[in-house]
Amino acid sequence: MQIKEQAKEYDAIIVGSGAGGGMATNILANAGLKVALVEAGPFFDPKDPTTQTQMKWPWESPRRGASTKRAFGDFDMSWGDWKVDGEPYTTAEDTEFLWWRARMLGGRTNHWGRISLRFGPKDFKHKDIDGLGENWPIGYEDIKPYYDKLDKMVGVFGSKERLPNDPDGFFLPPPKPRLHELYYIKGARKAGVSVIPSRLSILTKKLNNDRGVCFYCKQCNRSCKEYADFSSGSCLIFPAQKNGQVDLYTNSMVRTVTTDDTGKATGVSYINKEDRKEYQLKGRVVMLGASACSSARILLNSKSKQHPNGLGNSSDIVGRYLHDSTGAGRSAFVPQLMNRDMSYNEDGVGGMHIYSPWWLDNKKLDFPRGYHLEIWGGMGMPSYGFGFDVTAFNKFIGGTVGGYGDKLREDVKRFYGAVIGIAGRGEAIARYENRCELDPNVVDQFGIPVLRFNYKWSDYERLQAKHMHDTCEEIFDAMGATPLGDKPGKDRDYGLLAPGQIIHEVGTTRMGDDRKTSVTNAMCQLHDAKNVFVVDAGPFTSQADKNCTWTIMALSMRTSEFVVEELKKQNL
Amino acid sequence: MKRRESLKTLLIGTITGATLGTAVSCKEDGTTPIISEVGNNLYGRTPAEQEWDKTTKAATYLTTDELEDISILCDIILPATADAGAATEAGVPDFIEFIVKDLPSHQLPIRGGLMWLNGEASRRYNKAFKACSDTEQIAIIDDIAYPDPDNKKPDMAYGITFFDRMRNLTMTGYYTTRMGLDDLGYNGNYANTWDGIPAEVLAKHEVDYDPEWIAKCVDQSKRLVIAEWDEDGNLLT
Repeated sequence: MQIKEQAKEYDAIIVGSGAGGGMATNILANAGLKVALVEAGPFFDPKDPTTQTQMKWPWESPRRGASTKRAFGDFDMSWGDWKVDGEPYTTAEDTEFLWWRARMLGGRTNHWGRISLRFGPKDFKHKDIDGLGENWPIGYEDIKPYYDKLDKMVGVFGSKERLPNDPDGFFLPPPKPRLHELYYIKGARKAGVSVIPSRLSILTKKLNNDRGVCFYCKQCNRSCKEYADFSSGSCLIFPAQKNGQVDLYTNSMVRTVTTDDTGKATGVSYINKEDRKEYQLKGRVVMLGASACSSARILLNSKSKQHPNGLGNSSDIVGRYLHDSTGAGRSAFVPQLMNRDMSYNEDGVGGMHIYSPWWLDNKKLDFPRGYHLEIWGGMGMPSYGFGFDVTAFNKFIGGTVGGYGDKLREDVKRFYGAVIGIAGRGEAIARYENRCELDPNVVDQFGIPVLRFNYKWSDYERLQAKHMHDTCEEIFDAMGATPLGDKPGKDRDYGLLAPGQIIHEVGTTRMGDDRKTSVTNAMCQLHDAKNVFVVDAGPFTSQADKNCTWTIMALSMRTSEFVVEELKKQNL
Repeated sequence: MKRRESLKTLLIGTITGATLGTAVSCKEDGTTPIISEVGNNLYGRTPAEQEWDKTTKAATYLTTDELEDISILCDIILPATADAGAATEAGVPDFIEFIVKDLPSHQLPIRGGLMWLNGEASRRYNKAFKACSDTEQIAIIDDIAYPDPDNKKPDMAYGITFFDRMRNLTMTGYYTTRMGLDDLGYNGNYANTWDGIPAEVLAKHEVDYDPEWIAKCVDQSKRLVIAEWDEDGNLLT
């Protein structure tokens, strides 16, 4: 097969249009550089009525929003989920990993939870505290200026709390709590668990003239047509396109980074999904923001005489230290929330208005590293599954389980909005053994070798999940709620969800000062090829007990500004 | 359908400023109009999803006889009331007809369950379920409508399992329609400005807003003023 070359040479080729790639595109294009943005999925704009799901009613879907075709339901704005047709991944024997891919412009930022937390000073130097994992080569003070700029550029609501490891920023004001959240606050305070307003990248107040303000439909996971929530397309890429500096290549699946005799990158080789032919783009710099695992896959597939083990992989570290956040949670029946007054719209923003940042000291606990608690509940819009087991709660109040007729109408109203849930999201320890690598036998429909995951939790994570469950019960008890289901025991890893399931996979191209134990330097620049950068969560030396997106974007901004300067100085 | 119309009018009357289910804007506070999609009936499907829907809709699984039985069961589960229509009026059998093709794990339990039900009708009354009188039908339903952890009537266990599924599908199918949302009193999915729980609602609960917390929250009268901060991150506008 003949590979077609583009004559044009770009200043930078950016692979992937999510949080990291979108930010890089924005910074470089606004600095006047010529950028090719290469995305494996089709174009997407939240404003486009033909693909919009925001404000749709359940009956507009014949399956009433069931998850037959989209893992998080019909209205969730992610094209692709744990499975992507024709693009498999495998797992090593006796291991489990779930990998979410959104094949569309903006990637997973179109449906994510918008939880936007800065990492704190401890999060960059946790090895100093507990001897585990590795310290980042940078500290909070290095990234703080970028978090500050990011807050003002993209917008995040929150409140100044002066907590030592949950730094404040430039916040928009948070929305007032909803009723179930007031019950949570009461329970959490009684149980000695901190609780503060949540920090989400949703505009509760006008940020600039290009984006709308939240109109409280609770549907950020459907992507906002008013651009009032952060999605990479609407907030970073579209503004970057205004000056004509960006060439967008959609449905373009990057196979390799191409290199020259000196080992430097010359561009990328990609498959056009429409004609299934391979093309090459040339650029002075390549920036990978394809997601931690996809970028690792591209590097591993970029084998050459100069890089026989894959690009950037002389250390054999690419794909290693993969880690996802831990997750466990429980729901409960709240008797005080029976027979809700429905005279008002309590939709609020998409996601929680309050949350609990990590509040304990691990020195006194049997596991390292913390977790935060996310809270859900309220009078949500019915969709497939609504009304299932509608009579079941009667067992808590001495009523009759089962039945038919008008009784069901009474039950459904009695119990509507009377459930609250708590989800713990914590930090796992990055381990050398946990990795993704190329499967030696399997290719995808484009002939590209796929990833094989090999990931196991340790007791650190299991004991943390156990603690999450204990905490959930304490809070439920303090608020007068009855936990639902069973508390998972040791035989079920204390309810610890499978790796990958929290969709915070990081660490596959970790940064460090030692090129033998890391893939990139502190600027997210490959040790082995100075004109290749990674701008997704790959360079994370460790995940914190926070969500990763805000740090992906701050790091990408920092790296992008560095790239602009270095290109000016002809250093790359 | 008259009942539906009047209900809708009633709701429009109760919920100020919002027309349920149709175009809503919040132009009065200066923002751009928001919800105006007339709907392309595609609920934002990708081409592959459109194809799946088309194929699924065109396929047949349940027979006319089975759907007749399903309709009877749906209306036993949710009959009409003075204020709301019955399950069949909300189109629940059509939903079940579709969902068993979309989620095939429903197929055998529904088909087998209907056979079990007709077998039971035949054993008791020597006729098909649909040929039974209302009293006869209800006599069978009363034996399968209440899950029993002690399993006192093991012969009925199959029917109980089946009826559970029918009740679930009927409830979901009903409460995901306009008629169902109206019956529930659902009050969301339109543009609005969240400014906290109404005082009269809060008064009925044992919890309250903490003034210190509320002081941090958004002042909705300034939501359209562009944010500016001092260098310490204090919001100035």
